[in-house]
Amino acid sequence: MSQTATLPASPETFEDQAAPETRIRSYWQSVGYRLRHDKMTLFFGSIVLLIVLAAVFAPLLAPFDPYKESIIGRLKPIGWRNHTLGTDELGRDMLTRLLYGGRVSLLMGIVPVIFATCIGGMLGVMAGFMGGRVNTGIMRTMDVFYAFPSVLLAVAISGAMGGGMMNGMLALTLVFIPPMCRVAETATTQVRSLDFIEAARATGAGTFVIVRHHVLGNVLGPVFIYASSLVSVSILLASGLSFLGLGVRPPTADWGLMLSTLRQSIYVVPFVCALPGVAIFVTSICFNLVSDGLRAAMDVRM
Amino acid sequence: MLDSQMEAATDLAAASATVELDPRDRGGAQQPLLIVRDLLKHFPVKGTGGKSVQAVDGVSFEVQKGETLGIVGESGCGKSTLARLLLHLIRPDSGELVFDGDQVDAPRGITVSALRRQVQMVFQDSYSSLNPRMPVRDSVAFGPFVQDTPKLQAREIARDMLTKVGLNPDQFGPRYPHELSGGQKQRVNIARALATNPRMVILDEPVSALDKSVEAQVLNLLRALKRQFNLTYVFISHDLMVVRYISDRVLVMYLGRVVELGPSEKIFVAPQHPYTRALLASQPSMDPARRMEEPPITGDPPNPIDPPSGCRFRTRCTFAEAVCEVTSPGLATINGDTSHVAACHMLDRASGHSLATAGSA
Repeated sequence: MSQTATLPASPETFEDQAAPETRIRSYWQSVGYRLRHDKMTLFFGSIVLLIVLAAVFAPLLAPFDPYKESIIGRLKPIGWRNHTLGTDELGRDMLTRLLYGGRVSLLMGIVPVIFATCIGGMLGVMAGFMGGRVNTGIMRTMDVFYAFPSVLLAVAISGAMGGGMMNGMLALTLVFIPPMCRVAETATTQVRSLDFIEAARATGAGTFVIVRHHVLGNVLGPVFIYASSLVSVSILLASGLSFLGLGVRPPTADWGLMLSTLRQSIYVVPFVCALPGVAIFVTSICFNLVSDGLRAAMDVRM
Repeated sequence: MLDSQMEAATDLAAASATVELDPRDRGGAQQPLLIVRDLLKHFPVKGTGGKSVQAVDGVSFEVQKGETLGIVGESGCGKSTLARLLLHLIRPDSGELVFDGDQVDAPRGITVSALRRQVQMVFQDSYSSLNPRMPVRDSVAFGPFVQDTPKLQAREIARDMLTKVGLNPDQFGPRYPHELSGGQKQRVNIARALATNPRMVILDEPVSALDKSVEAQVLNLLRALKRQFNLTYVFISHDLMVVRYISDRVLVMYLGRVVELGPSEKIFVAPQHPYTRALLASQPSMDPARRMEEPPITGDPPNPIDPPSGCRFRTRCTFAEAVCEVTSPGLATINGDTSHVAACHMLDRASGHSLATAGSA
């Protein structure tokens, strides 16, 4: 190529552009750098990590069998005998059940969001980038789902398909696709009209290449932020489904289900009954704060 | 500043002196690089009962090899639409483009993607024309990468191009657009356009968003690069002085049509069309003693959805007569000079206009 033949400008030419020497980092290096200096995110991130690890290693950590009942040891307060966090209405150890319940709750919180992000995000980018009739078709279909309150929709879907964890996750995925799609569509539409997309087209790049190199990077930010905030919503909704008897079936441990069955005993052992709620609250708060921190760290403009 | 740029700035005539033929040349030196014939683009407007904005309404011109064709006109006259039509970023409703003898997007001609390998574009908004989440070196390397250059080689080209536009690739390459100034971003945009080694570059108001000192730097850079890479420019601007400085020939547009086309000096020294004259008169005088007292042109441009019949300028033209309302003037030569044409009834003796002469001064 003729362009590479000559180099007219020697490095001295750039003297007038002298700028403070900055260390050049790659994208992920700079994200890591910002994360390391964000104490809030590190703190809440480590809590999330602890919760996840506790759920994963529940069988090793749990002091009792989560299904072992005891007629005499029902509804005991925190610290009763060896039961650090008391027992529930069937005499099962609360700490054990909270650890096992975390497995189900986290799974129900994360898996539907991942699927919804993939499917909804893809549909949204497609609608946003192609515009016209494709956009109308996809977005109006999403609007139909939007017309129902999300809780009601989840209840209706899992009610129609029957309870169980798989159906619960499927219901939650379907509930999260429309808002995910909307977020992706909005972000894509904003990017699509910018000149750098035109410039990419002017180099002869095809639609797929443009979407991959120029659209996804700009859409990923908003989509990622929204997805991470959906995790806590998903945990809450999953708990709500279990609470209504549509999600996980007893005797499986699940935070929502535990909250539901223990609520009648709130006057007997109030602190024990509040524990599943505290677990849900802490987990969703931590997820929200971590997603906030990640967004800040991943934004190149910060 | 590079020496070659200074040289280019002082030497006005050299710009169009000789035409070196590109290895990809097909039509020879006499074949215009780009022929535009009756290009037409109307944008339908909803709620007007089938009416449309006549953004570009039958525009024809040629771009010779190695020249700079300046396109001037008011805001909304269709300059930017025309630029996008030239690259098929917007599909024209009708009309044809002939690139170096080959018709574009026609059965026996070249494809649009083949056209885009030889023509590139620099946009006005230097910020939105760079991907905010991509380091600028990747933006520059993207063009060659898309056109089948291996990744490493594309990066080398990007480094080289950044150097050529006066940016240190080690220092500026890894930066994001928001970390650069307006002039630096526009340099990156120029590097991006040149990275695919085009023969022709369409510059859509490339310096309009820059301050005056940076504008001059970028203009000189463009001139130097044109000579270095043997480029042909289509330079769109609303700034008459900029167009005069950089162009060999100038095309004046009004409401989607060509009103005057000719060599830069002739257009600026002896404009023929009343609109061109008004446009030139609208520039503030540098001499306070020759202060302008009357507005050179009054009113807003007519609505392009509903343009005036006949000559489109007649609603603001001081010489408008009955004939201007009825028939639309064609491009007439001036004093038999085929290089300079203008679309005005006053230049056509047969038109019936009372001031008509075959070539008034």
